[in-house]
Amino acid sequence: MMEDTVIQVEGLTKVFGDFTAVNNISFHVNKGEIFGFLGANGAGKTTAMKMLIGISAPSSGLAHVAGFDVYTQTESIKKTIGYMSQKFALYDDLTVRENIRFFGGIYGLTKTRISQKSNQLIEELGLEKVAKSLVGSLPLGWKQKIAFSVAMLHDPKIVFLDEPTGGVDPITRRQFWEMIYKAANNGTTIFVTTHYMDEAEYCDRVSIMVDGRIEALDTPKNLKHHYRSESMNDVFLKLARS
Amino acid sequence: MSIVIENISKSYGKVSALDTISMDIDQGELYGLIGPDGAGKTTLFRILTTLLLPDKGMATVAGYDIIKDFKAIRKQVGYMPGRFSLYQDLTVEENLHFFATIFGTTITENYDLIKDIYVQIEPFKNRRAGKLSGGMKQKLALSCALIHKPKVLFLDEPTTGVDPVSRKEFWEMLKRLQEKGITILVSTPYMDEAALCDRIALIQDGKILEIDTPGSIVKHYPKPIYNIGANNTYRLIEKLNTYEHKHSVFPFGEYIHYTDRRDDFNPKALKNYLETEGLEDIHIEKTKATIEDTFMELAKQ
Amino acid sequence: MKRFIGFVKKEFFHIFRDKRSLFILFGMPVAQIMLFGFAITNEINNVDIAILDRSQDTSTKEIISKISESEYFSILQIVKEEAEIEDVFKKGKVKAVLYFEKDFSKKLVKEHTAKVQIVTDATDPNVANTISNYINSILSNYQQEQNRAITLEYQILPQSRMAYNPELKSVYMFVPGVMTVILMLVSAMMTSISITREKELGTMEILLVSPLNPFQVIIGKVFPYIFLSIINAAAIVILSIFVFHVPVNGSLVLLGLESVLFIVTSLALGILISTISATQQTAMMISLMGLMLPVILLSGFIFPISSMPLPLQLISNIVPAKWFIIIVKGIMLKGVGIHFIWKETLVLFGMTLLFIGLSVKKYKIRLE
Repeated sequence: MMEDTVIQVEGLTKVFGDFTAVNNISFHVNKGEIFGFLGANGAGKTTAMKMLIGISAPSSGLAHVAGFDVYTQTESIKKTIGYMSQKFALYDDLTVRENIRFFGGIYGLTKTRISQKSNQLIEELGLEKVAKSLVGSLPLGWKQKIAFSVAMLHDPKIVFLDEPTGGVDPITRRQFWEMIYKAANNGTTIFVTTHYMDEAEYCDRVSIMVDGRIEALDTPKNLKHHYRSESMNDVFLKLARS
Repeated sequence: MSIVIENISKSYGKVSALDTISMDIDQGELYGLIGPDGAGKTTLFRILTTLLLPDKGMATVAGYDIIKDFKAIRKQVGYMPGRFSLYQDLTVEENLHFFATIFGTTITENYDLIKDIYVQIEPFKNRRAGKLSGGMKQKLALSCALIHKPKVLFLDEPTTGVDPVSRKEFWEMLKRLQEKGITILVSTPYMDEAALCDRIALIQDGKILEIDTPGSIVKHYPKPIYNIGANNTYRLIEKLNTYEHKHSVFPFGEYIHYTDRRDDFNPKALKNYLETEGLEDIHIEKTKATIEDTFMELAKQ
Repeated sequence: MKRFIGFVKKEFFHIFRDKRSLFILFGMPVAQIMLFGFAITNEINNVDIAILDRSQDTSTKEIISKISESEYFSILQIVKEEAEIEDVFKKGKVKAVLYFEKDFSKKLVKEHTAKVQIVTDATDPNVANTISNYINSILSNYQQEQNRAITLEYQILPQSRMAYNPELKSVYMFVPGVMTVILMLVSAMMTSISITREKELGTMEILLVSPLNPFQVIIGKVFPYIFLSIINAAAIVILSIFVFHVPVNGSLVLLGLESVLFIVTSLALGILISTISATQQTAMMISLMGLMLPVILLSGFIFPISSMPLPLQLISNIVPAKWFIIIVKGIMLKGVGIHFIWKETLVLFGMTLLFIGLSVKKYKIRLE
């Protein structure tokens, strides 16, 4: 594995009975890259991601995340990465501060560090007034921004984001992506899935899964050129329909 | 008028979910309610389908008052709630049969209405609804909402969390339904879907921002928008955000949508500025406002 | 009507496709009855006792052999010293010690009185009492045999006859009681989650935006469980008769009809719980905890109501199970007809109407 590669995948496969969810996919992700992992519902994206974050064992193939093997070193993977999904990110019945303290503790941060990070986060996101409010009472967009920051609490090398902006209003969505850009600029690798095709354009490179295989993998610009499309949305439609 | 809404307000405790909403929807219209999570779309739908009572205001659906004549409305509308709400342990066919029966009709009676949709899931008719994929669940839910030939169809975020291909197919189905004379009120957070509606209402934080046809609504955008691109998007955003004359800076796909405060804005000056700040391959070009731009501008006000 | 049938059909689908409910519905009752019938008794059998015999003469030997012949006792060990008695109890196996004094036979003949001490382990007072009673009756028997030759001037010979349950078999008490408890709990639990499940899954929204009215929904949800609970009740009665030999002295038909009534009462109560619970968990908790204790404690199942303080006696009147236990015991053990239990039947009937009426009223026709 090269110095710069943080995720290396070769022939990764996952089979459930007689159904092949992920079929022999291969790709790599470089340090500091924003990598878009797209595909239709049921194409195998979530299954693939679960293998990379160490919560599902592959049926065959190889994969290394942050230098760790996904078969044998899942605990190390979990310690080194950040993860945020749309379905669950924070506890609705805890306050903002309590959530940060809880997750900070899980990631093994010291009390002082948690305190530091807490204040930093609250200041950066402008949450002074709601720091003591229950997360459940906040608008979705704010929750997602806090969740992202919480996933970054332990300065992970790679952050996996599973449809982080679903349903969020357009302004907050973009603020969210600005946070992603900043993190990437600081060297964090971002692995993100999304259904917003305009967000696909923000990525350095994009892969599109169809029926368990990777059917396209390139920069958005090249993909649009190759498929003679104006937008990533069109690229996606052309690929998924063929 | 198929649906008339006058000054509807609704709060949950201290939180105001809807604030003096008024809208008119014509018979046979495909009307879009566009806004993000928390805008109040689901609350409005629940009020119109008589599941919730408004605190203030009045509304009629197909001529019936939502408070006094709720029973009549419940017999005549089709409703597809935000999350999948059919019976997961019943098969596709059993679900359809159930809804046909409780509405006092049969599957065959209005089959022509759902045929286009149902044929796509018919091969799975003996599969339990819980075991269907997301796209198929949608189609089943839609079929069940249509089986009794409703006059008005309420679809609450039917395409949320669904991939672009299925979304496109779904809207094509809606257009065909519209041809059969059904009034359709759809809500969605996806601004690109708004373009397919006859008219749209932009909603945010319980308030209507604007109502118009998709083509005309962008005319409400007050300033010229420029697409700006460079070799390093992050640095570009940073630099534009710190530019003293900036009005708005939003990433939009491969470019940044930029608007300037000044009326006499000269793109060349901006280009020079960016170059001195170390950016290369700079591209600045005027572009048309989209519904999303309009939404964001109106939401800021 | 067609709507109603369509609705009931759907309810049947739900019941048969949910393996867990099916288990609770059919498995639990049978398991419970077996448990109560076989395992829990307050009779005694093969209790281990010890003997301390200071006399070791014919009389004591005769008494000891009578005791060891009885099915209730088994002589585990012989104790030599009084000091050993406590040790023997501490070890835990022996529940009673029979302590015969010195010169037992001699004293019996010469002084007409001989003493024997029955020492029981009263850490379980009920068992100790029973043991004591049984031993006493064995001693009494022996005494009567010895006395046949002597005639006393006045003799009062109490003859107790336990009507309807001559052997005082606890099973007779338990089976009607368990039947009641199970029918009530299972029925109420099943229907209590029925409506709340629709609320939790979100299907309630679509049900509401339809022509169905609350009455149709409620009756439609109770209906399937009536049939299934009847099968349960029948299974319990069959088990009682053929496995535990509990008599059914009265009419089986009447028993059946009253059981159906009680089942409907319980189902209606369950539905009422369902209309007021927001989640299935709450509904389950209320029906399990909120119903189980009153039913077990206040229905007359284990503890007689007449021995309770007045306030509790009054409260027991609102427990449907109390009325049904009277009915069941009446029919099964006493063989009574409807003219003896019409009052209780009417009470159950009235309760059913009340529960259903309240359910319809509490059924939320909107989401708030």
